[in-house]
Amino acid sequence: MNSRYEVVIGLEVHVQLTTKTKIFCGCSTEFGQSPNSQTCPVCLGLPGALPVLNRQVVEDGIKAGLATNCQIAPRSIFARKNYFYPDLPKGYQISQFELPICEHGWMDIETEELGQKRVGITRIHMEEDAGKLLHNEDNSSSVDLNRACTPLLEVVSEPDMRSSEEAIAYLKQLHQIVVYLGICDGNLEEGSFRCDANVSIRPWGQKELGTRSELKNLNSFRFIKQAIEYEVERQIDVIDEGGKVVQETRLFDPDAGVSRSMRSKEEAHDYRYFPDPDLLPLQISEDWIEQVRRQLPELPEAKIVRFQDEMGLPAYDAGVLAAERRLAEYFEVLVQLYNKPKICSNWVMGEVLGALKEKNLEIVDCPVSPELLAGILLRIDDNTISGKIAKIVFEEIWQSGKTADQVIEEKGMKQVSDTGAIEVIVDEVLAANPGQVAEYRAGKEKMMGFFVGQVMKASKGKVNPGMANQLLKKKLSE
Amino acid sequence: MKISQKDVENVARLARLTLESENLQVMTSQMDAILGYVDKLNELDTDGIEPMAHAVPMSNAFRQDEIQPAIGIERALQNAPAFGDNCFKVPKVIE
Amino acid sequence: MKFHDLTIQEMRQKLISGELTSVELTQACLERIKATDDRLNAFITVCEEEALTAAAAADQQLAAGNAMLLTGIPVAVKDIFNTLDVRTTCGSKILDNYISPYDATAIVKLREQGAIIVGKLNMDEFAMGSSNENSAAGAVHNPWDTERVPGGSSGGSAAAVAAGQVVAALGTDTGGSVRQPASHCGVVGLKPTYGRVSRYGVVAFASSLDQVGPLAGNVEDCALMLGVVAGYDPADSTSVDCPVPDYLENLKEGVAGKKIGLPKEYFIDGLDSDIKQAVAAAIETYHQLGAEIVEVSLPHTDYSVASYYLIAMAEASSNLARFDGVRFGIRQDAGEGLIGMYQQTRTAGFGDEVKRRIMLGTYALSSGYYDAYYLKAQKVRTLIRQDFHDVFEQVDLLLTPVAPTPAFKIGAMVNNPLQMYLSDIFTIPTNLAGTCAMSLPCGFSGEGLPIGLQLIGKPFAEAEMLQAAYAFEQATDWNKRVPEL
Repeated sequence: MNSRYEVVIGLEVHVQLTTKTKIFCGCSTEFGQSPNSQTCPVCLGLPGALPVLNRQVVEDGIKAGLATNCQIAPRSIFARKNYFYPDLPKGYQISQFELPICEHGWMDIETEELGQKRVGITRIHMEEDAGKLLHNEDNSSSVDLNRACTPLLEVVSEPDMRSSEEAIAYLKQLHQIVVYLGICDGNLEEGSFRCDANVSIRPWGQKELGTRSELKNLNSFRFIKQAIEYEVERQIDVIDEGGKVVQETRLFDPDAGVSRSMRSKEEAHDYRYFPDPDLLPLQISEDWIEQVRRQLPELPEAKIVRFQDEMGLPAYDAGVLAAERRLAEYFEVLVQLYNKPKICSNWVMGEVLGALKEKNLEIVDCPVSPELLAGILLRIDDNTISGKIAKIVFEEIWQSGKTADQVIEEKGMKQVSDTGAIEVIVDEVLAANPGQVAEYRAGKEKMMGFFVGQVMKASKGKVNPGMANQLLKKKLSE
Repeated sequence: MKISQKDVENVARLARLTLESENLQVMTSQMDAILGYVDKLNELDTDGIEPMAHAVPMSNAFRQDEIQPAIGIERALQNAPAFGDNCFKVPKVIE
Repeated sequence: MKFHDLTIQEMRQKLISGELTSVELTQACLERIKATDDRLNAFITVCEEEALTAAAAADQQLAAGNAMLLTGIPVAVKDIFNTLDVRTTCGSKILDNYISPYDATAIVKLREQGAIIVGKLNMDEFAMGSSNENSAAGAVHNPWDTERVPGGSSGGSAAAVAAGQVVAALGTDTGGSVRQPASHCGVVGLKPTYGRVSRYGVVAFASSLDQVGPLAGNVEDCALMLGVVAGYDPADSTSVDCPVPDYLENLKEGVAGKKIGLPKEYFIDGLDSDIKQAVAAAIETYHQLGAEIVEVSLPHTDYSVASYYLIAMAEASSNLARFDGVRFGIRQDAGEGLIGMYQQTRTAGFGDEVKRRIMLGTYALSSGYYDAYYLKAQKVRTLIRQDFHDVFEQVDLLLTPVAPTPAFKIGAMVNNPLQMYLSDIFTIPTNLAGTCAMSLPCGFSGEGLPIGLQLIGKPFAEAEMLQAAYAFEQATDWNKRVPEL
C-alpha cells in the first residue's frame, strides 16, 4: 500500500465460451485447427451472409449473470462496433452496447490483507471474437479466421479494487465461477480467459478518479499482478516528476516486465455503435431465467460451507476439494460410495492429487475412478488389506485399471488374519532374534516396534499388524 | 454550413476513403446540402417516441448449438487477393 | 424462335406438354439477350453454359414428369444475389472478380423449383441509385426509349423483363428499387413485406429496409415468382415465420367491396400531369370494379425521404465496411501499409454515389451526431409506421403513383443527388413501414413512356394486394404493350 496514493483498479475480462459452435454461425470452435478451416460465409464476412444467434450463448450469459448476482435484462440488443482491422472480417464487431444481457452484479472476494470485500460488476455482455493475426518476416501479416465469431462474454467490473492482490482475488474467483459453470475452459494461455485492467491512482481522500490507463495482453495471473504493480509505480513516477498520466492503452511485455504505449499516435476511435439490424432484440422471460437457475451447479462458496457443515471436513480440506468443479465431483461420488468423508478427503488430497501432480494430469484424466478408489477403501475397512498395502494397490490400479479385488487377488496381497499362519511367522522372527528378545524381556518395551516390523517384512506386509502385535505380546510374555 | 471540409476529411478517414482536393469540395457541398435537407426532421417533436430499428417488431431468433459443415479452406480463400499458408495475407499490421 | 411474348404459365404448359423443350426455350432466351442487350446493357453476366446444362437437366425432369413450378423456365436475377461459382459484382468495381462460393436463399428456392438462371442483371452499384446510372458495368437503357434511364436500382431486372429477354426476374427493393424501375419500364414489380423473403445471400445495402422482390410481365407471373421465393429462412433472423399462402389460388377474387385509400400527401402539385391523369383513370377503373375509394392521410410522408436516407446510409456505411480488400474483391495496394491499402482499395473500388452514402452514413453515426441524425431518423420512422398502421384501420389498400415523373434522360440528374433522392418520395415510406407494395402498368405518357400505379397492402397481405392488381390488369391492357426493339 502506498502512503500517498490510492490505487484504483477496474477489470474487463473476456471469457471465451465452450459452446460447440460460434456465436453467429454453425462453424466449430475447436482450438488449434488449420487456419481458415473452420469458416463459412458468415464468419468470413462474405457479402450477403447474415448472423443467427446461438441460443446456448444466451444461456451461458444468463448463467454467468446469475452466478455473479446480476440482474438479467428482460430485453437486450446487439450492436455493431465499427472499426477496420484485418482480423475483423465484417469491418464491425457484433457486440452489445446499450442494453447488455446482465447488469448490476457483484462478487464477494477475500484477501489475506483485508478479508472479505464486495466488488461490483457493472455489466456482462455477449460478443464475437476477432480472428488471429500472425506477423510474417516479409513485411506482411497473415489472417486466420477460425477464431472469428467465437462467442465471448465480457465481464466488466466496477473500479472497486484497490490493490493488485484484490485484482487477482477477483480474477481467480471469476475464473473459478465460469469454469464451475462449465461455460469456459479457463485456459489462460490459449486465451480462453483474457483480462484487461484499467489502472489509475489518486491522492488518498480524493473523490474523483485519476486518469486511467488500460493494460492489455495479460494472459496469466502472475503477469496481471506484475503489470498492475508496474503500472502503479509508473504512474506515481509520472506524477512525482510533475507530469500527467495520459489516457492510453498499454501493452504488457512479460519478458521485459514493462509495458509500452499502444496506438497513442493513432486517431481517436469512434466506434459508431448502432443496433445491429440483422439481429432481433433478445427477450428473456422470467421462466427462462428460472429454468437456467435450476440448471446451475452448486458454486464453490456454497460447496465449501456444505463440506464443512454436512461432512464435518476441516475448512482447509473443504477449500481444496471445492476449488475445482471436477475435483469436487470426484470427491462427492467417492463419498457416496464410501461414506467416511474425512478418509475420502485424505485419500483424494493425498494419493490422488499427489499422483496427478506427479504425472501432470487433470482430475478428469485420473485413471483411478471414484468407484475404483472406493473399492480400495472398503477392503481396508474389512481388514482385507492394510493401509500400507492399500497404497500399493492404488498404484497398481493406476497402472492397470483393474479393480482392487483383482489386484489383491492376483498379487496375493490379502492380509493374513489366520492366527495359525501368523503364529508361525512370529515364532520364526522370535527365534531369529534372540538378542532382541532378551532385551525386550529385560524391560526394553520399545523393541515391540522392531518385532512388528520384522513380522511385516517377513510376510511382505500382508499380516494384519494388530494381530501380529497381540501375538507377539503373548509370545514374549510366555 | 452544416459540415466543414475538415469534418469531411475526418469522416473520410473513419470510412477509409481518400478524397482528393477537388472531390473533397464537391463532397463537402453535396453532404452539406443533404444534411441541410434532413434537418427538416427537427420540425417534428419526437420526445417519448421509441426509435425503430427493425421493420417488423419481433424478438428472439436463435439457432441451436449444432455444428454445420465449414465451407472448406479452398473455398474460403478462393477470392483472396493475396494468400499463403492457408491464410489471407495483408500488408504488415503494426501495433 | 420467338417465345418472349409467352407468360410463365404458358411456357410451363408448353414444356409439360412437350411442345417445347427447356433447351429450346433457354436458347431462344439467350438469343434474345444477344440480339437486344447491346442496346440495353441489362446483363452484367450471361451464364450461357450453365444455363444450357441446367436446361438439359430440366428437360430430363420434364420427361420424367417431375415438373416443379419453374422447371425449365429461364429467369435472371439482379447481380446482388450470391450465385454459386458465378461472378457476383453488385454493379461495383470492387467486386469485379468476385466468384461467390454460395447461393443466396432466394436462388436456392428458384433452383428448387427448377428455374434456369440465365444471368446476372445490371443494377446501381450496391443498389444505391434510382436510375441505374451508378453501375461499374455502365448505365442500363430503357427499352421504351434507350436514351432514358430504366429506373433503379433494379434497372437491369426491369429492362430485361420489359424487353422480353427473360419472362421474370428478381430484384431488391430498399426504397423503391423494384417498383420504380418496374414503373419506368412498364412491368409488374412487387416489394414484399419486410421479412417475407429471406435476405440471406443478398448483398446488404440497408439491412432494415432491403427486401427481395419479383418483376414480371403480368400479375399472375409476379404472384407465382413471389410464392417461389417467399418463406421463413432460419439463416435470416429477420425473416418471418408465418405460412406463405398460395398467391395464385384466389387471384381472381376481385376488389368489389374493398376499401382503397388515396393518401392525400401523394397527390401533390409537383406531380407530372400525364401521371396524374393515368392514376386518376386507374382510380376510376377501381371504382367501376366495385371498390370504395376514400381519401386518407399519411401525415408524416414529407419526412420519409430524410428519415430513409439517414437510416439507409448509416446502415450502408457499416454494411460496406467488409469491402476492405482483405478476403475478396479487387485490392489496390501502393505499398503504403495496411491503412493505405484500405484507403486505396475503397477509394478506387467504390463509385461516387456509394462513397457519398458511406460518408453521410458514417457521419450520421459518428460521435456527437448519432442522436441528432440516426436516432432522430429512427424515431421519425416509428411515426411513419404508425401512419400506415392507423390508415390500415380504415382501408384495405392504398393507391398512389410510383414516381413523380416518367423515366428521365440518362445524365439528367447526375449532378444533383438530392433531387434524385426526392424522386423516391412515393416508394420510400413503405420500406420504412415494412409493409408490402407493388407497381403495375397503368398508362403511358405523351412521349410513350410507361407509367406505373402503386398499390400498398397491409403487412403480409400480399395476396389481397395481388388480387387487386390482377383485377386492374384484367380490366385494362397496359401490360400487353411491349416496346419495339
